[in-house]
Amino acid sequence: MSNQEREPILSAKNLRLLKEPLGKNNPITVQVLGICSALAVTVKLKPAIVMALSVTIVTAVSNLVIATLRKSIPDRIRIIVQLVVIATMVILVDQLLKAYMFDVSKQLSVFVGLIITNCIIMGRLEAFAMANKPWPSFIDGLGNGGGYGIILIVVSFFRELLGSGTIFGYPVLEKLGLYKAGYENNGMVILPPMALIFVGLIIWFHRSKDKSLVEKR
Amino acid sequence: MNFLRNKLDKLKPHFTKGGKYARFQSVFEGFETFMFVPDKVTFKGSHIRDSIDLKRTMTVVIIALLPALLFGSYNTGLQHFRSTGVDPSVLQAFWFGFLKILPLIIVSYVVGLGIEFIAAQIRGHEINEGYLVTGLLIPLIMPVDVPLWMLALAVAFSVILGKEVFGGTGMNVFNPALLARAFLFFSYPAWMTGDKVWTAGLTAGKNVVDGFSGATPLSLSAAGEIAKLPSFMNMFIGTIPGSVGETSTIAILIGAAILIITGVGSWKIMVSVFGGGLSMGLLMNALSANSYMEIPFYYHFVMGGFAFGAVFMATDPVTGSQTERGKWIYGFLIGVLSILIRVLNPAYPEGVMLAILLMNVFAPLIDYYVVQSNIKKRLKRAKVATNTLTK
Repeated sequence: MSNQEREPILSAKNLRLLKEPLGKNNPITVQVLGICSALAVTVKLKPAIVMALSVTIVTAVSNLVIATLRKSIPDRIRIIVQLVVIATMVILVDQLLKAYMFDVSKQLSVFVGLIITNCIIMGRLEAFAMANKPWPSFIDGLGNGGGYGIILIVVSFFRELLGSGTIFGYPVLEKLGLYKAGYENNGMVILPPMALIFVGLIIWFHRSKDKSLVEKR
Repeated sequence: MNFLRNKLDKLKPHFTKGGKYARFQSVFEGFETFMFVPDKVTFKGSHIRDSIDLKRTMTVVIIALLPALLFGSYNTGLQHFRSTGVDPSVLQAFWFGFLKILPLIIVSYVVGLGIEFIAAQIRGHEINEGYLVTGLLIPLIMPVDVPLWMLALAVAFSVILGKEVFGGTGMNVFNPALLARAFLFFSYPAWMTGDKVWTAGLTAGKNVVDGFSGATPLSLSAAGEIAKLPSFMNMFIGTIPGSVGETSTIAILIGAAILIITGVGSWKIMVSVFGGGLSMGLLMNALSANSYMEIPFYYHFVMGGFAFGAVFMATDPVTGSQTERGKWIYGFLIGVLSILIRVLNPAYPEGVMLAILLMNVFAPLIDYYVVQSNIKKRLKRAKVATNTLTK
C-alpha cells in the first residue's frame, strides 16, 4: 500500500544511533546517567561485563517493545507501562543469570534487580522509543547499552588491575613479579569513591579529546 | 646577592616574550620571585601592593613548621633506638631521624613541585608557591616507615586530583596535604595504621627488644588500655610514637606562636578548634560510658595529630572559612568532630584528618550563611531607618 521507500537496515541514520552513545553522547560520561551501578559493579571485570550485557539487552528489548506499542499506550499511564516492560525484562535476565551463571549473579546481588531503576533505560524509553519506530529504537537501545558497557569495562579493568592485581581473575601483577619489588594492591581502588574518580578521569580524557563537549563560557 | 641579581638580570631577556626560552617563562619567574621580592608595582587604580606576597607568607609557615620538624627528627631517632634497646645521645637520635625523614621530604618536593611546574607550563600560568608548605606538611603527617613510592603516588594524587583539576593553588576544595594522607590511609591501611609503622625499622622487626610495642596513645586508648598511656608530660613534649611531626605539642605551639604573631595563621580557628575539642572532651567525660570516654579531656589535645591539625591544617586560608564569624564555627566543628570520631568510631583511631577534610567541604556553606545573615541584618537596619524617617 505504502509507496514509501524501505530504509536499509543499517542506514547512515541508524548507524549514527548506534555510534553516538558510544562516544559523543555517552550515557555515563556525557549525560551522567547510571552512575550508581557503574560504581557498584565495577570492582571486577567479569561482573561488569555481565552487567553491561544485561543492561544492553534490557534497554534494546524494552525499547523495541515500547516502540511497537507506542501508539496504543495511553499517555497518562505510560510510565507504568514502561516500568512493567522493563521489570519483565529484568526478571528474565535475572532468572537466566541465576540459572546459568550463579556465581556472577551472586556478585551482582541486588544490582541486577536495580536495573529497573537505571535512569538510562527509562530515559531512552521516554526520549526515544515513545516517538520512533521499533527498529531504530532497538538500535538506539543497543547503542546506549554499549556506551554504558564500554565505560563499565574500562573502569572495571583498572579497578581490578590496581585493586586486586588481576585481570579476569588471572594474577597478572604477581606473574610480573611486582609484589616482590615491594608493590602492593591499592585498597582505595576497591572502594566506590575511587570508581567515581575513575569515571571523572574518563570524562576529563573524553572532553580533552573532543572539544565540542566543553561548554562555552 | 648582587651576583645572583646580575646573573638573573642577564638571563631575563631570554625568558621574556620573543626570547629564546619564552616557553619557560613561568619557571624563570618562579625562581626569580623565590629569590627576590618582586618589583611589580600597580599603575592603575588604588590597589596597594604589599611586599609580603604569597612566597613570603609561605616561608613564614615553613619557619613555623621547623620546630615540629626538628623535634620530629629527634623523636624518630629516639623511638628507633628505644625499640632496639639502645640509649642514644640527643645528637645521635637526631641525626638518625633526620636521615630517615630527609628522603620523605625530597620525594614529596620533587614529585609535587615537578607536577606543579609541568601544570604551570601547560597552562601558561605563573608557578604557584602553594606547594612549598604542602610539600613539608606531607612528610610531617606520615608514619616514618612509609615506602617512598607510596608517598610519591599520594603526592601525585593530591596535587593532580586535589588541586590542579580545580584550577591550581587557591582553588582547591580540600587541604592537599591531608588529601595525600587520606589517600594512603584508605589505599594502604597496613602502612598507615597499627602499632608497627610509627617507629623506624619496626616493620622489618630486626633487633627489637621484647615488650616494645610502638603503639601510639591513640591506638592504646582505642584498645581500652588506658593504664598503658604515657604520662601527660611525655605526650606534651612528644617523646611518643606517632607521625613524624605531630607528636610534640610544645614544638607545635612554638609554630603556632610564630603564625599568630606574624598574622599568617588565624588565631580564631586555632582557638575554636581547641574549644570544640574541649567541649566534646568534657561531654565524653560526663557520659563516660567506656574507658576511652573516661580519659581526661585535656589528654585529647596532646594525643595524635589534634594540635598539629588545629595549628597547621585547619588554618589553611584556601580551604578554611574566610569570614571572621565563619572561622569560629568552622574551627569549633572541627574540634567537636575530631573527638567524636576518635572516641566513638573504632575503625578510625585518628579523627582529626577526617574532621578537617569534612569541614573543608562545609567551609563555603558556612561562609555563605554568615554573609547572608549579615546582609539580612543590614537590610533590616536599613528598613528600620527608612521607617522612622517616613514617620
